Order: sequence, then structure tokens, then C-alpha cells
Amino acid sequence: MFDWSFVQRYAPFFVKGMEMTLFISVIGIVLALVVGLVCAGIELARVPVARQIVRVYIEISRNTPLLVQLYFLFFGLPKIGIVWSAETCAIVGLGFLGGSYMAEAMRAGLQAVPEVQRETAYVLGFTPMQSLTRVVLPQAVSGAIPGIVANVIFLFKESSVVSAIALADVMYMAKDLIGMYYSTYESLAMLVVSYLIVLLPISLIGTWLERRFDYARR
Amino acid sequence: MQGAEILLQPGVMPRLLQGLWVTVWIAAVSVIASVPVGLLVGWLMTLKSRVVRVLMRIYLDFIRIMPQLALLFLAYYGFARWFDWNLDATGACVLVFILWGGAELGDLVRGALQSIPEIQSESAYVLGLSNWQGFVHVILPQALRRLLPASVNLATRIVKTTSLAVLLGVVEVIKVGQQIIDANRFQYPTGTLWIYGVIFFMYFIVCWPLSIVARRLEKRWAND
Repeated sequence: MFDWSFVQRYAPFFVKGMEMTLFISVIGIVLALVVGLVCAGIELARVPVARQIVRVYIEISRNTPLLVQLYFLFFGLPKIGIVWSAETCAIVGLGFLGGSYMAEAMRAGLQAVPEVQRETAYVLGFTPMQSLTRVVLPQAVSGAIPGIVANVIFLFKESSVVSAIALADVMYMAKDLIGMYYSTYESLAMLVVSYLIVLLPISLIGTWLERRFDYARR
Repeated sequence: MQGAEILLQPGVMPRLLQGLWVTVWIAAVSVIASVPVGLLVGWLMTLKSRVVRVLMRIYLDFIRIMPQLALLFLAYYGFARWFDWNLDATGACVLVFILWGGAELGDLVRGALQSIPEIQSESAYVLGLSNWQGFVHVILPQALRRLLPASVNLATRIVKTTSLAVLLGVVEVIKVGQQIIDANRFQYPTGTLWIYGVIFFMYFIVCWPLSIVARRLEKRWAND
């Protein structure tokens, strides 16, 4: 029933596909982190106007599916002269979607640090900068890490959607092989294994990071 | 703003709304059916039996770690081959969303139930309430407050994930949009931008109120 020679022959396809998945999601996640950091910074510093724009952006990005965002970027924008490659669209899409999730995670981390911590540091003779870097930020990071890790895994999984704009990731490979050879068992098994191989370690590293930065309980 | 007239063409908006209705219907059925599944899974997770807990753990972790699109492929292409069970695309979507929503909701239920201190049910018992009364009148109201905001957020995620149905060939709002775009390719070459823009907006209009409700609930019940 299960054709191992097929797996041997086409496993390299999935390795190639996974390279694409990794390429898109790693760059997309880094972009999301940068966008998130900027947005969280703007919200916390209460920059006028920019803050409202960030709020609107977060609401829009959190309440629309990535697939529709990608279709808009890939098929819609060229009509007004903005032509991006599929890779660019995928990365921008992931960054746009992930930015808001990251911003919320970071903001939640910072807001979880009670005001009294900063005041206490101030009373003890820390400068505002010192109290931020030595007292507030370490606690904020430990509060934000679980959310950020969850978002990284979420974005990695969301990247499976990029096959819809003809990027040859693992989803695309699976669908292609099923279509060409009717090799449902083997292709789906390789698809599941590919994701497990990459996502299991990420989720384990995530758990480790959460413990590593959990200063309160360490 | 050239090309926007496509939206005023007779039949365009009504058809898009019909497509949106399919999307909302799939999402609604999935969300409603996830509730009993989630309650069951959550209850199973709090049981003492190690076998049941390990099984539930594997179920939850597998569903969590696989991209939803991969799960859809497994149900749509896999089930037909493995079990000779020919689900149509809509059926596969609903099944996957129920299994996924049930797993996620189950974990939320477990968290909510376990966050209620043991002493609450003990006190209820001492005060003369039966086990069932204690559960309904003491544990459940508290658990619901912790459960509801996250569940509404989960519903938003399910609505958004419904967009993947188009990749299995379900004729929902995105597919209808593509059909309209293709039919008007020569008449309105820039229609693509507008149609996808409207679909984008439609999803936003459906999901945004849910997000607001979730946030309100969270705020109101945060400090109770």
C-alpha cells in the first residue's frame, strides 16, 4: 500500500519545499517582529496621530485572513502599477499579519509590569533609562515571550497559505504530487512529517525560551 | 479610482454577499458544533485517567502543530483514500474546523476548570449543594467568565480560517469574487483590486465586532 520508493524519489521535493517555507516564514517573522516593535513603541510612547494609525492597522490586520491579504497584494495591487514578486507578497503579507500580533504580545508584556516597579527603581536612585533597561524591560520580556513564541509558530503555520499564490512550498509540493501521481498516502505522509520535523523543535525551543526568561520563577 | 464601477454592475454585490453567506454559514456551523466537542474534550482532559489524558494531549498537539491548510488536505484528499469516505469540500472544511475548534476550545475549558480552586467545590458541598448543583451554580459561572472572551477570539479565528475553503474548491466569497473578476476581465481590467478590496472589507466587518465583544468581555470580567 505504502510506496517507499515513491517517498525516496520525491522526498527531495519536500526538502526544496521546506526551504521555501523556511525562507518565507523566517524573513516574514523577522519583519513581523520589527513591525511589532515599532507599533508597540508608538503605542507606549503615545505618539499622537501615529498611535491612531497603529490602532487602525492592528484592527485591520487582526481581523482579515492572510489569504485575502495575499490575493489583494498579488492580484490586486498590480492593477495600480505595484507589481511585486510572489515571494515579496508572501513576506509582506506575513509581516503585515504578524506585526499586529507581535505588537499586542509586546504591549501586553510591558503593561503587565506594575507602575510601582518603575517608581521604586526611581526612588532607589535609578535614572529613567536605567530603570527601563534594568527593571522594567527584563520583566516585560519575560511576560511577552510566551505570546511571541505562540505568534512565531502561528506565523510559520500561516505560511502554508502562500502556496495559493504559486510559491512552491511544502503544501504546493503535496498538492502537485497528489494531482500528478494520485499518491495520496505518500504525499500527505511526507507533508505531515515535513511540518513535524520543523515545528516540533520550534515549539520545544519556545518552551525552553519561556522557562529561560521566566525570571520570576527561576 | 478607475474600475470601481464594477461594484455597481447588477448582480456583483448580491453575488458577493451570497458568497459571504456561505462563508459565514460554514463558520457558524463549525463554531456551534465545536462547543459540545470542546466541552467534552475539556472534561476528558481534566480526568485522572492517564490513557485518556495522553490521548487528548496527542490529539491537541497534533491539531495545534499542523497548519490548518494541511489538516484540510488530510481530510479532503486523505479520508477519501484511507476510509473510502468521500467528503465534499464543504464537508471536509466543516469537519476540520470542528476538530480544530473542539481541540482549542477543549484546552480553554480545561484551563478554565482547573483555574477554579478545589476549595470552591468543597465549600459548595459543605454548604449542602449536591455535586451537580455545585458544578452548575458555583464552578460553571466562574469558569464561563474565564472561558468566554477567549472563545469569542477563537470564533474570530475560525471565521478567518474559513477563507482557506476556497483552496479546496468551495464556492464561497473569494471564489465568487474570482468568478466575477474572470467574467469581467476585459470590461473592467482593474476590477481585481476592487473585488479583493471588498472581500477584504467584508471579512473585516464580520470579524471586527467579534473582536470588540471579546475585548469588552475580557475587560469587564478581568478583575471579578
